Amino acid sequence: MLSSLARKISQSNFVITAEVAPPKGSGIDGLLKAAAFVAPHVDAVNVTDNQGATMRMSALAAAAVLVREGIEPVLQLTCRDRNRLALQSDLLGAAALGIRNVLALTGDAIGCGDHRQGKAVFDLDSVSLLRTIKAMNSGHDLNGTPLEAATAFYYGAAAAPEVEPFAVTLPKLAQKAEAGAGFFQTQAVFSPEKLAAFCEAVSPSGVTVIAGILVLRSAKMAEFINRNIPGLRVPETIVERLRSADDPAAEGISIAADMAARARSICGGIHIMSMGRDHVVPEIALAAS
Amino acid sequence: MIVSTQKPFEQILSALEGGERIFIIGCAKCASVCKAGGEEEVFRMQDALAAAGKEVTGTIVIDETCHMLRTARDLRSRKEQVDEADFLLVLSCGAGIQSVAEHSDKKVIAGTDSKFLGNIKRFGQFEQRCSLCGDCRLNDTAGICPVTVCAKGLVNGPCGGMEDGRCEVDAEQTCAWVAIYERLDRQGRLEALDKTTALRDFSHKRHPNNLRLDK
Repeated sequence: MLSSLARKISQSNFVITAEVAPPKGSGIDGLLKAAAFVAPHVDAVNVTDNQGATMRMSALAAAAVLVREGIEPVLQLTCRDRNRLALQSDLLGAAALGIRNVLALTGDAIGCGDHRQGKAVFDLDSVSLLRTIKAMNSGHDLNGTPLEAATAFYYGAAAAPEVEPFAVTLPKLAQKAEAGAGFFQTQAVFSPEKLAAFCEAVSPSGVTVIAGILVLRSAKMAEFINRNIPGLRVPETIVERLRSADDPAAEGISIAADMAARARSICGGIHIMSMGRDHVVPEIALAAS
Repeated sequence: MIVSTQKPFEQILSALEGGERIFIIGCAKCASVCKAGGEEEVFRMQDALAAAGKEVTGTIVIDETCHMLRTARDLRSRKEQVDEADFLLVLSCGAGIQSVAEHSDKKVIAGTDSKFLGNIKRFGQFEQRCSLCGDCRLNDTAGICPVTVCAKGLVNGPCGGMEDGRCEVDAEQTCAWVAIYERLDRQGRLEALDKTTALRDFSHKRHPNNLRLDK
């Protein structure tokens, strides 16, 4: 059965996703509360996988909890912490637990997290993980051995529309499309022009672009992100807007809402990155509706 | 060459606890070039140990400590000094340290940490360009190894952490895939990046590895 996200995208509806982080602990009350709050405003909720290489509850378990609550998750799966056996068995487990969407990622470097002495795996990378999912959807494992039952994931990959040099990322994006990615959930975009150029560059692939919308609270938060979060880059013009605003939090929401509204006419959806501040999600979702 | 660095002296002293008479072994090849265990470092270690109250029964710098037969032969030539020692302190790579251990039942103390297979950039500057993965794909990557030069060992292009052509892990480093892309571009063969790459094959990396030319 198609996921609701897959169905909407296949019908060319504009989709909205947000994300929740599994807890750093065994309790799920906070996770459920966050997911239940954002769910009515979005089509699916991404569940991050030890993001920033910081150890948290398994994304698979957290995503399964959401399924149980009737919330559709996008399971983020990184190649940093598991080899090809573990990734495939997690995918089979995810399918059995009713998880239908997967976002295949490389994973942040282990050195930026809270277990820096650990071994980073990277047995597969994002492209080969996508190929793995493609294989499993067609009924066999990575080595060609038939599965007793195939998976039926709707799956996508990450992209970075504003990264420079952008041309270097294009062959990999093409490989991701070739491996069957249905959507690109992008890193934060701040420039509608760059988003449009990105959409044009990837349009031959037919992959739906879901633009990352980062909701900032202050110039300090933007600077922290620029220093510490791999792949997220807040342009200086935006930092300056926050710095000079009377109410930086409101300015942050306004920046994100503007971008979300612009994205609606450019790409196939938005992915709201609220950095744990779930209360901003409804307003951004509304701006894109 | 194998790049190694000397362990901090305090750590070496602590490992030498319980042994008063020490025989020091250096290596004239790699450890000498990276100044972890050549003539100079062996002499300096001798002085430092003497100052710390140890008795150094003798020293030797072996030409390739990883060469097991040569190491055994050279140590036999110093049998008396070796026998007199409580511990053998070795300032070479881990391979050399084990050549010594193979030869003698005495307690062998590693005085170095072996770091990587290094290229010599210039005097005193070493860089890792090859990880000895056993499955070389340099023919497909413009002669730049993504398995080694990319901090994540990615074989299908840059990760999402690349920024302004720099690596997420070390902003001083050019992203390996930017380097590969630019070199292929200069060679007019960017289409090499459209090829589906083989999965990494870690079966080549199983250890302990060995090679016998007669087989």
